[in-house]
Amino acid sequence: MSDAILHAGNTIDHERDFRSPVTESLAVRAVLISLTFVLLALFLVLPLVSVFAEALRMGFGQYLATFSNADARAAIWLTLLVAAIAVPCNLVFGVAAAWAIAKYRFRGRAFLISLIDLPFSVSPVVAGLVYILLLGSNSVIGGFLLENFNVRIIFAVPGVVLATIFVTFPFIARELIPLMQEQGTSEEEASISLGANGWQTFWYVTLPNVKWALLYGVLLCNARAMGEFGAVSVLSGKLRGETVTMPLQVELFYNEYAAVAAFSLASVLAGLALVTLVIKSWLEWRYADQLASGVRGH
Amino acid sequence: MEVSIQNVRKEFERFPALHDVSLDIRSGELIALLGPSGSGKTTLLRLIAGLDFPTGGAIYFGDEDASRKSVQERNVGFVFQHYALFKHMSVADNIGYGLKVRPSRTRPPKAEIRRRALELLDLVQLSGLEKRYPSQLSGGQRQRVALARALAIEPRVLLLDEPFGALDAQVRRELRRWLREIHEATGHTTVFVTHDQEEALELADRVVVMSQGRIEQVGSADDVYDQPNSPFVYGFIGESSSLPVTVEKGQVWLDDRSIGLTAKDAPEGSAQLYFRPHDVELVEGGNGCIVGTVAASRRVAGTRHVELEIGGAQHRVEIELPADHPAVGRSRVAFRPKKWKVFPQSSGAHPLRRQPAEIVELAPTGT
Repeated sequence: MSDAILHAGNTIDHERDFRSPVTESLAVRAVLISLTFVLLALFLVLPLVSVFAEALRMGFGQYLATFSNADARAAIWLTLLVAAIAVPCNLVFGVAAAWAIAKYRFRGRAFLISLIDLPFSVSPVVAGLVYILLLGSNSVIGGFLLENFNVRIIFAVPGVVLATIFVTFPFIARELIPLMQEQGTSEEEASISLGANGWQTFWYVTLPNVKWALLYGVLLCNARAMGEFGAVSVLSGKLRGETVTMPLQVELFYNEYAAVAAFSLASVLAGLALVTLVIKSWLEWRYADQLASGVRGH
Repeated sequence: MEVSIQNVRKEFERFPALHDVSLDIRSGELIALLGPSGSGKTTLLRLIAGLDFPTGGAIYFGDEDASRKSVQERNVGFVFQHYALFKHMSVADNIGYGLKVRPSRTRPPKAEIRRRALELLDLVQLSGLEKRYPSQLSGGQRQRVALARALAIEPRVLLLDEPFGALDAQVRRELRRWLREIHEATGHTTVFVTHDQEEALELADRVVVMSQGRIEQVGSADDVYDQPNSPFVYGFIGESSSLPVTVEKGQVWLDDRSIGLTAKDAPEGSAQLYFRPHDVELVEGGNGCIVGTVAASRRVAGTRHVELEIGGAQHRVEIELPADHPAVGRSRVAFRPKKWKVFPQSSGAHPLRRQPAEIVELAPTGT
């Protein structure tokens, strides 16, 4: 009996001895973990589930009927088109900007880095209004284009594309700059010393070294390009079947009390976000070693 | 391929890195650029490669002016300090890269590139590792791959930046011997940068000693060790001790005693005496020698390093004695250098040139 008590006492002492200094007690851990789960469930999972629940409230037939609506189809088509233009544009811009910032030292470099972040810090609505001022049919540029080429930018598809490019500009550059900076230029120097020209060096050496970061950037950029609301809303003019993208169409449906249609379309956007997340996680899991070795730089 | 560097200057945003450097490298020579960090040796190597361009002067490959040519046109093999292997390519692809990127009319067919890569892999004694990636290799293996990659383009000049800098002592020694063998087998004109004098002296046909953006001396291992032409070289290559002395009528005087050394060529006046700590003979007191009080003595392998205070605590010099020498136990030791050199006080004291710290410390200016 006394042995048992002694033994139990010892065990407690041992536990106290061996607990890692940075680990909290069980109770604290339990509270923190469950708090995180509850908050996530409340603010992320519940809304997501309710989107699908609302969409399917009237049954699957009603859900599918939304997608035979001409406006909804036009919106989906436009969204795909806009993303198909904006993402490649930002791919080129992003790589070029990251290359310039990471590999060269020049005057105004720090300013350029902040400038790239501008779309993150400025309200999309403000950006939209600025473009209307600059390119609207009453402005010098917009007027010139309309008169001479009959090209309308604001309240037309080009405006929607422009707004999307503006808002999604930082995503790819932001992914690439830190990685490229860390990798430095020694592999590029090795490549040119072996006789490769600039394009070969970029294609065979620089690009493979940043491909995973680039893919990340493209995924994030694409998700945002399809989901952008603010700037697009200002520049599109909301012409049904012409300049209305999916997020705008969701709003239009909702304002017309077509809740099922609104949520059905919203479920496509939400599904897209989920797919992006899954692909991103899969990439991280599948290529973890290469991602890590790329960052370490050896 | 002879390389001739003529009055090359390099400034980085007005900060001078090289002042008026001239150097002739013979064809097939293995040459070391040796100097402390900041001496401009890597800058000079990068200028030869064309990775940087000189502010002034010219670099000739044979008869042609290479300074106007781009790095691609110069066809040099450059081995980087941290190897800069392409980490997403296999060893074979790394080695074959320089051939793969050639314009289509001079590019060998794929099978030929692979054959060349395997052949070079064999030369650097890494056969069988062609499918590995750089991250799966040890430091020494990466170094060999980097060299094979540079050799693949049949360079006119082979340039190596601190080739063994990141390796441990054992591997360094092994690779040193191996690099010498490769050099003899391939016969490339080779220039390598190092801060390790043992490496430079052992490996190179000629050593270029650099300091503060200037070439101090160019010569064989014997030349720079036995006939150093400046206090810097004397202090930098091998061990050395120094004392402030005066030269009068061809005799060397320490304070007011003649120490029995003659310096016929040295100008009259204050000077600095340099000698090797191990190259001294002990004498039995009296005139014509240097007398010091033993301040400390340390056993280092087969020898004993004895630190002597000369003329009170004014100057300290170190000499090396056999570990079992009877003088080790004494409190006063008299000695005379067997070989020495006297540099006038102003010699080598270019306004931009500082003497190495250890010499300054040993010999506060007595003037």
